[in-house]
Amino acid sequence: MIHSRHKFRVAMLALLALVPGASLTVAGLKVVATTPDYAALAQAIGGDEISVKTLAKPAEDPHFVDARPSHVVTLNRADVLIESGADLEIGWLPPLIQGSRNRKVLPGEPGRFLGSGDVRLLDVPTELDRSRGDVHARGNPHFLMNPENSGIVARRLAERFCELDADSCPVYRANLTRFNERLEQKILAWTGRLAPHSGAKIVTYHNTWKYFAERFDLRSETFLEPKPGIPPSPPHLGKVIAKMKAEKIRVILVEPFQSRKTAQTIAGHTGASVVDVCQFPGGIKGTDDDYFALIDAVVDAIAAALDQAAAP
Amino acid sequence: MSRRQRGPAVAGLFLFATVFIQPGWTLAEEPEQPEEPRAPIQVASGNAGKNYLKLSLNGLVAAGGSTESDVTGLQLGSHDPSRRGFTLQNVELVLDGAVDPYFTAQVNVVFVESPGGETEIEIEELFATTSSLPANLQVRVGHFFTEFGRLNTQHPHSWDFVDQPLSHGRMFGSDNLRSSGARVSWLMPTPFYSELYLTIQNAFGETLTSFGWAPGEEVFGATMASASVDGGGDLLYVPRYAFSVDLTDNQTVLAGVSSALGPNGTGPDGRTRLYGGDVFWKWKSPRANQGFPFVKFQAEGLWRSYRADGIPVSFEDWGAYGQLLWGFHRGWVAGARYDRMGGDEGPMADPFVEDRRRASANLSWFMTEYSKLRLQYNHDERTDFDDADSVWLQFEMILGAHAAHKF
Repeated sequence: MIHSRHKFRVAMLALLALVPGASLTVAGLKVVATTPDYAALAQAIGGDEISVKTLAKPAEDPHFVDARPSHVVTLNRADVLIESGADLEIGWLPPLIQGSRNRKVLPGEPGRFLGSGDVRLLDVPTELDRSRGDVHARGNPHFLMNPENSGIVARRLAERFCELDADSCPVYRANLTRFNERLEQKILAWTGRLAPHSGAKIVTYHNTWKYFAERFDLRSETFLEPKPGIPPSPPHLGKVIAKMKAEKIRVILVEPFQSRKTAQTIAGHTGASVVDVCQFPGGIKGTDDDYFALIDAVVDAIAAALDQAAAP
Repeated sequence: MSRRQRGPAVAGLFLFATVFIQPGWTLAEEPEQPEEPRAPIQVASGNAGKNYLKLSLNGLVAAGGSTESDVTGLQLGSHDPSRRGFTLQNVELVLDGAVDPYFTAQVNVVFVESPGGETEIEIEELFATTSSLPANLQVRVGHFFTEFGRLNTQHPHSWDFVDQPLSHGRMFGSDNLRSSGARVSWLMPTPFYSELYLTIQNAFGETLTSFGWAPGEEVFGATMASASVDGGGDLLYVPRYAFSVDLTDNQTVLAGVSSALGPNGTGPDGRTRLYGGDVFWKWKSPRANQGFPFVKFQAEGLWRSYRADGIPVSFEDWGAYGQLLWGFHRGWVAGARYDRMGGDEGPMADPFVEDRRRASANLSWFMTEYSKLRLQYNHDERTDFDDADSVWLQFEMILGAHAAHKF
């Protein structure tokens, strides 16, 4: 069986060599992830059996990625497309899929993986009304900031990879087991690190950290944006400052693409500290392609700022 | 579809209205029955998700003035500001979705204010595109903007300026080049993006300036012949090749060459050839916030050879524009554009072929993705008319879904 598969691969490679410009990568499944967090999870499960490419860059706003023509080519040659499933990429993914002409990644195909499957989404609006800002119709898409949701995605990825590439299924299963063991340990460590600050309030720029806060028992209810997608305005920031002073909120989270200057101004008025965080591996130095390293860095940074705030 | 066919279009609109305003079917949610819970069927709504098609309405209004009193002679596009004071430039209803597993489709119903102040309706585009043909092929059928260059396929909502470039107004017409037909495109197996298109469309109609025009209309003193397709030579053929490379992680270039070959309405031997080249370059910050900051440059050049039949009119002319846009702060874009038209003057001083130059500068403020304000200044120089200075303020709003932009 393995022998015949090998023969088939050699034949395919020989055939591919005849097509000018065709990719000669030997890796099995060609996986494309919309954002680097899914890429990191896919790589953890797929290991050497898959090759992974990412469309969005770690430090850019994932809602506004350019639909570059090179992405059309990447998608054209993909076996699997991983997207959030919660409209995070709605502003740029549809024309890429249309341009790719790739049947494997069309809706409903096994090659189209929606990250939101089996995940309980928060902030699902009961009514759609843009006077409340640019609300995601399907709910808050930043759910991978709760590591338990990443566990759900990892499990479903392993199932999906097995469905698409049964030969390598034992490897995917083994990788999943290893991932889960590590995730379990890490969640214990992260929970322990943040436990002294149970119930602490944090301010964030956009409503990105809801899932993280929920999992680690923090309160993320104050945002620098007056409404989702609406830039901070002086009257709103005035209210935020008053609230932070009244409730003694001492931590402001900012992502690489958000205005650090605004956060620093608020920090200057309130004595809070600005903490640089990111949703995506690679958006913080030393976290490239590694989901665990990313959450390590985020938890450390937030815990350190809360430690400092709690110090007498 | 001709803008003059107002009757059927109005009937169509009425049909749309009756479909969308069925109470309890599309808009109101019925309370669920305890025994048999059933979600209401959503035919259309503004958001993606639980419905069969996405619906959006885009409105563009301009206000301003010009030292030139004949603004329609100055501005060549039917979606440009057309008079001193206010112009309703474009009201566009866009519906799109998947037809079935094999096709997606899009319809753009456009309402424009005529110079007389009436609302005119046209089906600007209506097309289906295949989702998964083999061999990296894709076919589009319907009535659609011809795949020529960059700007010709864009709707006014996507423009970076209040008006279309002079070259497009003159060679493609006030409403850009579009017609009924089919388009085949092939995504080539190159390591970089490379796509080959062939569009074949009817060559007669109001939206086919440079080609068939509207039968009966006078152009260069010749009455346009009646529209009929007696053979392949009576159709419009538009091949295009486009390619793109990422220069760095943050810079991308997209360039192409196109030509449009077809009959013109002056007679059986009247032929027009159009050739064009286009280039687009964009830099975007790796830490872009809502897409800002960015810098983008775009230029297109067009060359036309018009050979008439029956009247002694044959000429060659050209047009080009270049524009630079700088998104310097979240929501803010500054732009500059230079337009130039030249070539043979033709046998008579016709505004259709006179030499023209235009310099434009503008500033746009995107309050959100769904509304913007744009202030633009144009300086026009023409051989047969006085120079003109114009200032336009434009407001845009979008209701419902915001279709994703192509690169």
